[in-house]
Amino acid sequence: MTAAADKPRLSREHMLDLLKQMIRIRRFEDKCVELYTQEKIRGFMHLYDGEEAVAVGVIPVLDKRDRVVATYREHGQALVRGVPMTTIMAEMYGKQEGCARGRGGSMHLFDAATNFYGGNAIVGGGLPLAVGLGLADHMRGNDIVTACFFGDGAVAEGEFHESMNLAALWELPVLFVCENNLYAMGTALALSESETDIHRKAECYRIISEAVDGMDVVAVEAAARRAVHAVRESRKPYFLECRTYRLRAHSMFDPQLYRDKAEVEARRHSEPIVRFQQWLETNHMIHPEDLPRILAEIDAEIAQSVAFAEAGTWEPVDQLTRFVYADAAVPAGR
Amino acid sequence: MKQEPIKTEAIEITYREAVREALRDAIKRDERVFLMGEDVGRYGGCYAVSHGLLAQFGPERIRDTPLSESGFTGAGIGAAMAGMRPIVEVMTVNFSLLALDQILNTAATVRHMSGNQFGVPLVIRMATGAGRQLAAQHSHSLEGWYAHVPGIKVLAPATLEDARGMLWTALEDPDPVLIFENVMLYNMTGKLATDAGPVDIDKAAVRRPGRDISLIAYGGSLWKTLEAATTLAGEGIEAEVIDLRSLRPLDDATIMASVAKTRHAIIVDEGWRTGSLAAEVGMRIVEQAFWSLDAPLGRVCSEEVPIPYPRHLENAAIPQATKIVAAVKAALGRA
Repeated sequence: MTAAADKPRLSREHMLDLLKQMIRIRRFEDKCVELYTQEKIRGFMHLYDGEEAVAVGVIPVLDKRDRVVATYREHGQALVRGVPMTTIMAEMYGKQEGCARGRGGSMHLFDAATNFYGGNAIVGGGLPLAVGLGLADHMRGNDIVTACFFGDGAVAEGEFHESMNLAALWELPVLFVCENNLYAMGTALALSESETDIHRKAECYRIISEAVDGMDVVAVEAAARRAVHAVRESRKPYFLECRTYRLRAHSMFDPQLYRDKAEVEARRHSEPIVRFQQWLETNHMIHPEDLPRILAEIDAEIAQSVAFAEAGTWEPVDQLTRFVYADAAVPAGR
Repeated sequence: MKQEPIKTEAIEITYREAVREALRDAIKRDERVFLMGEDVGRYGGCYAVSHGLLAQFGPERIRDTPLSESGFTGAGIGAAMAGMRPIVEVMTVNFSLLALDQILNTAATVRHMSGNQFGVPLVIRMATGAGRQLAAQHSHSLEGWYAHVPGIKVLAPATLEDARGMLWTALEDPDPVLIFENVMLYNMTGKLATDAGPVDIDKAAVRRPGRDISLIAYGGSLWKTLEAATTLAGEGIEAEVIDLRSLRPLDDATIMASVAKTRHAIIVDEGWRTGSLAAEVGMRIVEQAFWSLDAPLGRVCSEEVPIPYPRHLENAAIPQATKIVAAVKAALGRA
């Protein structure tokens, strides 16, 4: 690891971009909530409110050739990875112009163009997949890193432990990013884990691991630089536990009976966007005209994405069974 | 039994060796192919199928795994999505239940759920079936469950030709293919052409032609069914024996053509009767060939018990030639 690798990039332009990306996710999801109440978006929808610093801190550190595996709470990852907001919104609507043809919805965003492997809604199920992507790159000698996002809930699954062991045993280039928001749906970490210091579990598998303040985008980015650099150089796994907090309900159906409102309010003071914005103001890195400009750009993009989704079309019912298997026209060995 | 004429030299070979040759051939042919599973390397495979392959191809391509069925099956899925052509071996179908999440929720769904952006060109092989006195956690026949799932293909090679030839075709398939090898077939010997190669994986085969009744079987039950057909021939009943070969998709055309000719059908399936693959085949016959039938359909399945250890009870629990003969006579009113 070189000293340069983990040094935060503190240029004004870069800082404003981090801020913009976080606000972009937040406002996109605010719009999604509005559209959900209008019944434009249906099904389960899991919001990233409060956790934006994780995706924004980690994903831009990856190269275009790298791979991303995410969970059902993946709007932020997809947006930051560069999946167009238009096709994400169309997917939320279930329109065939969506990034998964409308078939996946909120929980199953996929995009081959950006190596975005979903959108996996079985808790822990994405980890073996990431191990396999890493195994392919290991066997072929590809200089590719797979970043795998998952929550603290996944840590209780056997697939988590099997994946840790395989990645370490076979020395696979996988960056595991645990988004520890302290709740597996409604069950607090302390009620489900005997060892609540999650990154220590990875240490048991001899994976280099660290915990970072997941509400501090600069800290996450610095840690991600260290981590991605380490994976790329060593071709071995690395484990990053990002300690964060989900400020909204688990999904749109969650009345949040399991936690006090006071707890959520207290956490709201450390939420990543306001905190980073204040830090930028204190350090004179944001000018008075910056924020209105950023908001205008984001709102224009969101308006465009809604218009795109509204104008989108429903997949004809006669296509229902298409792509259960590859079309016969697809050459064998594709 | 009608067989393709053997074009070149034939050698005496076991089913186990035929699968091994298929593996060896695939690994040689395509650098993206590798085998992984529990004890496939140093141990040589739980049923000795991969014996000798580690020495030939090394530990990267004959990859021993920890006892992590879900983990290494999922790793096979990921590797397949990233361009490899993995062959995952699961010791036995009972253990595959530990990997069911990955098989069903990921491998079978990804192409459809991602709008055709990603596919999973993965082959999963496993042993199935009873007969070795391995009792209730190593002897079941759950291939019919897997045949329930859209997005995967399910094969049951019963012959040496299929044991040798199905693997390569499965590897060329862009979607996940599960291959079920009946444990009682591994020691079966016969002649196989030295240049035996890939075979189709979507057609049923008529293994014995006959005019009086269609016996529809697959996997280990095929040979018991053929034995029953020989017995029946001695009594003047000419049974036609169909080997399904592929359990998903099912080759309806071959089944219906046979039933249209014989007007009677019995389905033989080592799965449990309730909700079985036999039930699916029977219902398809009712849907598509009801007016061809001269008698109610019948089936010979496993008894509805966990497979027991003692040989006499194990034998009583699964289809046998005597049961098939009795079922045929009942269907034809000759009991």
